[in-house]
Amino acid sequence: MAKSIQRFANPARFMALSGAVLPWAIAATALTLSVGLYLALIASPPDYQQGETVRMMYVHVPSAWLASAGYASMALACAVGLIWRHPLAFASAKAMAPLGAAFTFLALVTGSLWGKPMWGAYWVWDARLTSVLVLFFIYLGYIALWEVIEDFGRAARATSVFCLAGAVNLPVIRFSVDWWNTLHQPASVARLDGPAIHSSILTPLLVMAVGFTMLFLVLTLVRTRTEIMQRRAAALEMQQAQAGGM
Amino acid sequence: MSAFWALVARDIKLAGRLGGGPFVGLGFFIIVVTMVPFGVGADLDLLSRIGPGVLWVAVLLATLLSLDRLFQADFEDGSLDLFLMSPLPVEAQVLAKCLAHWITNTVPLIIAMPAVAFLVNLDTDILLPLIVSLLVGTPSLSFIGALGAALTVGVRRGGLVLSLIVLPLYVPALIFGAAAGTGDLMGTPMLFLGAFSLASLALAPFAAAAALRISVS
Repeated sequence: MAKSIQRFANPARFMALSGAVLPWAIAATALTLSVGLYLALIASPPDYQQGETVRMMYVHVPSAWLASAGYASMALACAVGLIWRHPLAFASAKAMAPLGAAFTFLALVTGSLWGKPMWGAYWVWDARLTSVLVLFFIYLGYIALWEVIEDFGRAARATSVFCLAGAVNLPVIRFSVDWWNTLHQPASVARLDGPAIHSSILTPLLVMAVGFTMLFLVLTLVRTRTEIMQRRAAALEMQQAQAGGM
Repeated sequence: MSAFWALVARDIKLAGRLGGGPFVGLGFFIIVVTMVPFGVGADLDLLSRIGPGVLWVAVLLATLLSLDRLFQADFEDGSLDLFLMSPLPVEAQVLAKCLAHWITNTVPLIIAMPAVAFLVNLDTDILLPLIVSLLVGTPSLSFIGALGAALTVGVRRGGLVLSLIVLPLYVPALIFGAAAGTGDLMGTPMLFLGAFSLASLALAPFAAAAALRISVS
């Protein structure tokens, strides 16, 4: 009993804190996203080469960014969980997985829709596309591993080991367009010598990226809270069953 | 060190005596390769062009098939618990098991390669690079597979999840392996393949040992 109280001590603080922050975070996310969508879809000019299809980028690039950033934060949470045995870290990693997978899927879908007018094909076996597809599979494997191992503690640690092993794919994605000279364009925003695109396009893109990232954080918070509440409910049920059985 | 080799010898002996051992994997491998011409058509030029990739994919699938027994049998009869308590480090035990797995499952496929290669009309001068690429690359399949097997040991229907988590990690080996299988012996793909194998040799036993301790705890 003492152990379980100790276990919930930190999550309790997390619940209070996140409960207070959440409404503000949601409001800020909605604001950023609506400003970003206005800038991206209405206010920004069409590209001189790609025309209106360039607007696809305002969804595609932030999704792709969150696909790998989401995995990186998941791996970080898994490492924290493995090192300090913190159940909250495991719960947040578990919460992030379907979100990261969803953004990866979104990046793949928008990328393939964008690829049709640009490259003439929905899918090409380009290094960046392939490595992101592999990332999507790794997300699925991580989620599947959570599902099949019943005990929470064991599942948390096993999935974390797998998550860290899968993290080797991240640098491959990051540098795939530089290492292999393929169809996908090389990095144009996060470069050492400054972004290589015009500010009329860069500003809406950055606002959208911030909005997407905040959406990811808000959803992670919500899902982590749900996970904690579910575990609490399960613990209460177990307690009740034990009391009733005696 | 003698404990290490004893474990290797034990696993090889067990593989030879239980359930047909390496021949099941070999039969699966040959059947997969035979299926390809039925699927893509019996155009010999096309087959010789896609040959190295087909053979690599077939080796990969045959390896995958054998993975879920890597720790499962020892887990079921309780010897895995004893192994974890033995003085030999778990990492070394994983290494021994991978070595035995590679010798009993993959080496027979590589030995059969010259005979199977003619099924896909492989050029004879590609055969040597292909076999070298397999010798260099397939150990990584055993190491990464051991991580997957260790994560899913004791899990019901773990075999399905095993393939879901192991196959994405196999992608680099497949890319560089199939590319090295067509090129020259010291080309860039072969060097990348070697680097990938060595990296998995260095990292996977530790990850798999950690996963084993978690699964059995």
